[in-house]
Amino acid sequence: MRKVIIIGAGLSGLACAVTLAKAGRECLLISKQVSERAQSVLAEGGINAALDVMGENDDAALHFEDTMKGGCYLANEEAVRGLTENAPGIVRWLMGLGVPFNMENGRIVQRAFGGQKKRRTAFAKSSTGKMIMSALIDEARKYEAAGLITRKPNREFIRLITNGSECRGVLTADTRSGQCFEEHGVSVMCTGGMNGIFPGVTTGTTANSGDAAAMLYLQGVRFSNLEMIQYHPTTIAIAGKRCLVTEAARGEGGRLFINKGGQRYYFMEDRHPELGNLSPRDVVAREMFFVRRESEGEGVYLDMTGIDESVWLRRLPDLREEIKEQTGTDAKSEPIPVKEGIHYFMGGIDVDTRHRTSMKDLYAAGECTSIYHGANRLGGNSMLGAIYGGRTAAEDIIASYGVQDGQEEKESVHSLSEEYAAEADTGLIYRIRDILLSGLGIVRNESEIKKSIAELSLLKGERQYNLRERARIELADALLECALIRRESRGAHYREDYPKRDDERFGSMTYAQYENGRAIYGFKGRSEGEA
Amino acid sequence: MDLRGGVKVRLEILRRVNAQSEPYLQVIEYTPKSKNDTVAFALSEINKGGYRDESGAEVSRIMWEHSCLQKKCGACAMVINGTPGLACGARLSEINKNGVIRIEPLRKFPVTADLMVDRQVMLDNLLKLEAWLQTQVKINERQAELAYDASRCLQCGCCLEVCPNFYAGGEFYGMAAGVPAARLIAELAPDDGKALKRGYDKHIFEGCGKSLSCKSICPAGIETDRMLARSNAAAVWKRIFGRCQKQR
Repeated sequence: MRKVIIIGAGLSGLACAVTLAKAGRECLLISKQVSERAQSVLAEGGINAALDVMGENDDAALHFEDTMKGGCYLANEEAVRGLTENAPGIVRWLMGLGVPFNMENGRIVQRAFGGQKKRRTAFAKSSTGKMIMSALIDEARKYEAAGLITRKPNREFIRLITNGSECRGVLTADTRSGQCFEEHGVSVMCTGGMNGIFPGVTTGTTANSGDAAAMLYLQGVRFSNLEMIQYHPTTIAIAGKRCLVTEAARGEGGRLFINKGGQRYYFMEDRHPELGNLSPRDVVAREMFFVRRESEGEGVYLDMTGIDESVWLRRLPDLREEIKEQTGTDAKSEPIPVKEGIHYFMGGIDVDTRHRTSMKDLYAAGECTSIYHGANRLGGNSMLGAIYGGRTAAEDIIASYGVQDGQEEKESVHSLSEEYAAEADTGLIYRIRDILLSGLGIVRNESEIKKSIAELSLLKGERQYNLRERARIELADALLECALIRRESRGAHYREDYPKRDDERFGSMTYAQYENGRAIYGFKGRSEGEA
Repeated sequence: MDLRGGVKVRLEILRRVNAQSEPYLQVIEYTPKSKNDTVAFALSEINKGGYRDESGAEVSRIMWEHSCLQKKCGACAMVINGTPGLACGARLSEINKNGVIRIEPLRKFPVTADLMVDRQVMLDNLLKLEAWLQTQVKINERQAELAYDASRCLQCGCCLEVCPNFYAGGEFYGMAAGVPAARLIAELAPDDGKALKRGYDKHIFEGCGKSLSCKSICPAGIETDRMLARSNAAAVWKRIFGRCQKQR
């Protein structure tokens, strides 16, 4: 039997592996670190599904509408339909795996989350991601014992093995010995968001270096929606990164304010009365940026002092502890200063509704892809997208490939050529980050983006780079180019020079593809422009 | 001692190139950027390059495992001033002893390079323990509460480091297996998990000396004694009493 190769052992990778194994298919689960270290464990607030347990007449169609609207109608409609219709089944499956979701009187309860008019977010206090991961890891172990899942931690993805426009497998390297392994077979990328392109300033993990995304891009895999970067409104600075304060803090009653003329100004409640503090993340983050600019140097605070002791205890215990540990403040008794921070990448590897990439025999799922979240992801939809995506990819592989299909399974071992082995230079990584940050902030404009592109182009000519470095520079360039050509404002992409949404010209996702040493950018299904 | 305003701290790091090579102590003077700097942050800063050790030699890249940097993934467990803990939770300003911080790899696992160890034995033990649910479950609030606490286990290995009964390759698997097992034992359907319960009896219950050093060291603050009490009751006592009753 041919083994399916999964790169990444977080939520989407595990969901893919378990689905394959359940159908009797074998897979390799390759990851830099074990699943317990995956970024998925950081997910806090919950997972959305129209379970309709809160007596609010919720259904999948409403979940679909909120998701499409929250994403400003850029997401793939058919895919979002599948995502939202399958969400209740996924949450029930997770319950069956023993995920300790919050319950009251023996029944699961759901909480309010941003951009949604119904209480639709199932949660396990404020550590939902960790709870789901623990249950899925145990489930995967069952199939590991049966020989269906082979875990290969301490292996880093280096590049795809390709034959023209076909993917033949992957080249990985042992993170300890540096020894290389060629593995041939249908491959699924579950490599997470490209946090490492913005080192030190995101809420993500250091293990998500962005190298996998960059290499895939350089190898000609099509990317889309790259300009859509989610800034989460409530993060705090800690040593070496930004730490998330879950949206559940506002879902459970937290309020944002800024001091204005000696008074607390609750700007979200004033300016967005319908959803207030629970408006979609792009809206909240932008308002925070604006009120800060208006009040010259005042900072924004999150006031959770009105939250009941019992809610802290039953629904947000880890959050209170974490804030206290990181800032020294008890959020129950005083407001905490918060700021927007890069949290999620709506853009990534372009996939179709079956999670196939532009390259034959290559799939992708989870945050590394762009399909469900459009211009802005709703809180509670990321874990759902990761699980549904991993599962959908697996189901398509089961349906499309017989157990004897595919290339000859082969594992060859050798050491890596210098071109690939060399780590990207740390100084370079931070320079690229700073260039990107000035062009891809919460509020953007043509001249800033062009300036960043010019700086990147100068940097490109400075010296010879190894492949890893080149890939990073090219992907960074693509992020900026996609932001440049979207001359409108939509979701997370706000252009001060084009403040209005323009469905006529920009109603679809951007794409970027690198071919024969040249990058092509454009809008999906629309005119194609070259760079 | 207040480390604000750039008061230097002396980091003594136990390093080795790889598993086969001899360990050596490298001393690096590090000036914290703020009072919140952690051991993890200092290691990242040093790895950006440009640091020299006290003999004047350039500091090569220090190998250490890291991922979330906020005490939720367990990657960066190491021994800091003699105590195992997470590097991302160890503030330089709070843990230094007269300006000195000694950083070493965990000792119960094979070192692969510098501060990196191979914790594969933890995965292997869970596999041998048959730590999974065979059938889908329907849990109540009481079960969910214990499952929540147990599911917080980071698999960092700190509990094994301080455990007087655990050694890698031994019959006793320690609480790094005992805590995940507690989640499953709490949730098992009535006819499920016979092998897991037997395994728990043999590899956790029998070997545990009840020193409970694991409880005070756990970076996630898991009450390992409560986990043991509940699992012992479900996996051991009920089985024994059940047998006694049958014999009677």
